[in-house]
Amino acid sequence: MLTYIGRRILQAIPLLIGVSIIGFGLMHLAPGGPLAVYTLNPTITNQDIERIRVVFGLDQPVYIQYLKWAAGMFTGNWGFTFFGGRPVLDLIVERMPATFLLMGSALSLAIVLGVTVGLLGAVRRYSVFDYLASTGAMVALSFPTFWFGLMAIYFFAVHLRWLPSGGMFELGEKGSPLDLLRHLVLPVMVLSLVITAGWSRYARSSFLEVMHQDYMRTAKAKGLRAGQRLLRHAAPNAAKPLIALLGVELPVLFSGALVTETIFGWPGMGRLFVDALNMREYPILMGIVMVTAFFVIAGNLLADIAIALIDPRVRLA
Amino acid sequence: MSAAVLQRAGVARRFSRHRLALFGGATVVLLCLSAFVAPAIAPRDPLLLDTSVRFLAPFARWPFILGTDELGRDTLSRLLYGGRISLTVGLVAMATTIVTGSLIGLCAGYFGGWTDTLLMRFIDTMLCFPQVFLLLVVAAFVPPTLISISLIIGLTSWMTVARIVRTEILHLREQDFVQAARALGASSGRIMFHELLPNIAAPLLVAATLNVAAAVLMESYISYLGYGMQPPLASWGNMLTNAQDYFDTVPWLAILPGVMITLTVMGFNFLGDGLRDALDPRLRMEP
Repeated sequence: MLTYIGRRILQAIPLLIGVSIIGFGLMHLAPGGPLAVYTLNPTITNQDIERIRVVFGLDQPVYIQYLKWAAGMFTGNWGFTFFGGRPVLDLIVERMPATFLLMGSALSLAIVLGVTVGLLGAVRRYSVFDYLASTGAMVALSFPTFWFGLMAIYFFAVHLRWLPSGGMFELGEKGSPLDLLRHLVLPVMVLSLVITAGWSRYARSSFLEVMHQDYMRTAKAKGLRAGQRLLRHAAPNAAKPLIALLGVELPVLFSGALVTETIFGWPGMGRLFVDALNMREYPILMGIVMVTAFFVIAGNLLADIAIALIDPRVRLA
Repeated sequence: MSAAVLQRAGVARRFSRHRLALFGGATVVLLCLSAFVAPAIAPRDPLLLDTSVRFLAPFARWPFILGTDELGRDTLSRLLYGGRISLTVGLVAMATTIVTGSLIGLCAGYFGGWTDTLLMRFIDTMLCFPQVFLLLVVAAFVPPTLISISLIIGLTSWMTVARIVRTEILHLREQDFVQAARALGASSGRIMFHELLPNIAAPLLVAATLNVAAAVLMESYISYLGYGMQPPLASWGNMLTNAQDYFDTVPWLAILPGVMITLTVMGFNFLGDGLRDALDPRLRMEP
């Protein structure tokens, strides 16, 4: 098992390098490069810009710049914001808990609902429920997240006045769990809709695949009860593709969180990203892109390890 | 009757039994048609301001069938013209995705070895970035035009197509007809584009249809966030951004463009799903 984990970690390193090269390339693709903000400032002369170039090391060959930048990424030196000069890493770390709270809640809800619906659909295949659930999932997958969010705000916040329309806390209520929960309901509902739909489809097909295997028939033949068959035989095998899906879907979840945070003014990384975009704060943008890519790599790694824990064939292959 | 005709009849029969796919197909045809003839059927110029008729409700006054927005522009005309933009972006982005994905998948699958390893690593790397983040960063650098937006969407979503193509090619390249072509002295290019590519038309067609849906959705996201088509040009995404400000008083301004986006995306999704089931029953319910 340890060798397997070690091998998987080694395989993640080229990915990290690839991600960092693309990230660095994007940074230099920006109009005016990393110095764009200075060229916009009329009080800064061309000589000043030359001097800043030398100070930042931008006169050196590209590969040296890349190595320096990559070293900075590793040591936590992620540069400073153009406006205000705050360390980028601090700013991003500050916003992480909100994003992970939102993503975690939405994902948990989506998994529970999606797997339940998918399992019921697989057990009662071609029933009215199965038909409705499959069609409903397709419709939900076609919803633009932000539009669903706007509709939810209109109905639950503006029309019924049940829930707050945005933000994370009421003024003066910071730290109250009940208040946080009230603010969490709508964003989680919106973010989890599309993921639930995806999960129900995958859960249905992976349960269907498992149910017609020979070992399921053997289990039935030797007299195991339905619950036992499901828990001990079907579930672990059906879970494998779903765990893999967990890793693969992480980028989709991040994208969804960005849109959801923007609609609901949720103070997470996605919101920070959109604000930084409007201010052309390239260091923050690149920082967040790198953070998300890093978490995607880590998520896939964890998913692979979890699959290897369930299935010895994977780790011995 | 030859085997090919029989097979085609089977495809048509399976497709026509798929009621949702028929519904999707009809929706897609209607939307494309209405976008195509938009200049002829739009009741008014979509950019024409008329402050005397602001915020009209749908069906309130002729000829504003679906009402007007905050500047008195006709909503139906804007929806029709917005549809042209959404569908154009969807189709051009899909073409970009399919061409890039097929080329890379073909090269990886056909040449194998180091080419395959490098290209697959590249695909894995690209898949680490959440698409919306990557899209927005690039969209912030590049001035938004119909073509640039389509290209950006296409160039950030070709990876799954490349994977599908590669898997199919790995399977196909070992078969006898490829050996025969090689024995006849066909060049790599000829084998790739004349022998292999036509054999993966079915999965490519399905991927293309589903990709239009994804691209329309992506376009609406970046337009909504302000990095798509710029006002005063109407796109469904930026109509929603505007409507947000008058949400509590005139909700229909936000409801209508959203319904259009959902209908379009749903139409292409149902169509793609139906095509997949009809063309290859083995592929049912796969990603």
